[in-house]
Amino acid sequence: MSQDAVLKIVEKHKKDGDGIISILEDIQAKYSYLPDYALRTVSEETGKSLVDIYGVATFYRYFSLKPKGKHLVNCCLGTACHVRGGQSIADEFEKQLKIPPGETTVDKEFTYETVTCLGACALGPVAVVDGHYFSKVKTTKVKHILEEVKKGLEVIKIQGDKRIFPVEVGCTRCNHTLMDKDFLIDNYPSIRLTISFKDKHGSVRLSGMYGSYNIESDYEVPEDTIVNFFCPHCHAELKSPTICPDCGEHMIPLMLKGGGIVQVCPKRGCQGHLLDLF
Amino acid sequence: MITLTINGAQLSVEKGTTILEAAQFLGFPIPTLCHMEGLHPYGACRLCIVEIGEGARAKLVSSCTYPAEEGMKVRTSTARVVKARKMVIELLLASCPQSKTIQDLASKFDVRQQRFKQEWESCILCGRCVRMCAEQMTGNAIGYHGRGETRTIGTPFDMKSETCRLCGGCIYVCPACQLRCTYSDKENAICNGCVNLSLPCVEKDQFKEMMCYMDPCVACEISGTHYSNIK
Repeated sequence: MSQDAVLKIVEKHKKDGDGIISILEDIQAKYSYLPDYALRTVSEETGKSLVDIYGVATFYRYFSLKPKGKHLVNCCLGTACHVRGGQSIADEFEKQLKIPPGETTVDKEFTYETVTCLGACALGPVAVVDGHYFSKVKTTKVKHILEEVKKGLEVIKIQGDKRIFPVEVGCTRCNHTLMDKDFLIDNYPSIRLTISFKDKHGSVRLSGMYGSYNIESDYEVPEDTIVNFFCPHCHAELKSPTICPDCGEHMIPLMLKGGGIVQVCPKRGCQGHLLDLF
Repeated sequence: MITLTINGAQLSVEKGTTILEAAQFLGFPIPTLCHMEGLHPYGACRLCIVEIGEGARAKLVSSCTYPAEEGMKVRTSTARVVKARKMVIELLLASCPQSKTIQDLASKFDVRQQRFKQEWESCILCGRCVRMCAEQMTGNAIGYHGRGETRTIGTPFDMKSETCRLCGGCIYVCPACQLRCTYSDKENAICNGCVNLSLPCVEKDQFKEMMCYMDPCVACEISGTHYSNIK
């Protein structure tokens, strides 16, 4: 957590008219709550008074001024969920987590909240944990959900899906491996590439899982921006004559260790990719 | 210029004039609570409601926020208005029964019953103090927190504000209560002069330029250090 990160977020929103809500949303997305120094920084940077920003932050239930736990559990108590027994699900969560709604467990693992409608009424009663929807929840399933969450939802999903598997790739020109064993994404070594767009240069790490689109980048690359990719070892530009079937951009070729080429689209937000096995 | 009729009396006003201002010009009494000259109209207390329109389209609006329109017919004391106004006073009385201002209003408008549960709140959220602080004092030290039932007025993080100059304007304009005079809460109080008697206002460097609205202030009175004596 640093002042710089907050400044960066404010700077990002400067051009679209200082939208306080969007700035606070970004800060909350980063820290999972709104630290008080962040509100002060936003007030200083946007020139709006601290009371106004504090007013906005306390008006919306989405914003939290208290640090949240690692996992956010939302239990729906909307009309549709309520008639299907949402209240007893909520009570069960309360019993299992041993905290009332709006609180965080002592070990900072779970924050438990109730919501008034999640817009998934046909699936009721609904509980959402870290963005994963659990539909037609029963009281007996609550304990299982919490155990699953502790193990990690993402890991289970990747391991259970046969279309997602780890790959090891190298540069098509110098054949040097591009895998970065010290930097894990999806619990697997990531693929390190050098990127450059506009006047920015830096590193980007792609997930080593075929089928996962998780990336970590030095820069926030805007969606729909075309970025040039280079090999960090031989500095050759990675650009293949093949055109992305989804958006028509020249793709990035990566040599597969077992033989073959995987090609991914350089455009942020485009999920186009090709796999050729020799 | 816009011509409108208030209780049958015709009047021409400039564009942007509110119904309340026009009615006050003609001398029709409209009770107000959140309205204050020099502050932006806010329409929070609903005491200043009047009836506009005719027949089935007649409706009640708050006159302090409603701008005059050409050919508008305003009635300030029809049975409907009086009934609604009495209800508003009754509700205000239920939330702040201890307020002298509201008690006076109740007796003036003949509110003789109290059908709602008394809440003994110290604030009716009229927002006078917030607007006073922001618009007249350019302090921006207090504002609204939360919403709905849990809406309150206070400083950010409920801590002593850095921008507050202890002018006391908020307490001066408060129509209902002694909200900002949080004398028993030493740490968070804005003034707390009466508790520690060390006169936080005097300790401020720019004391001489400070506008003190808390006249007479308890602290000044007890210690005999009113700023007029210091000079």
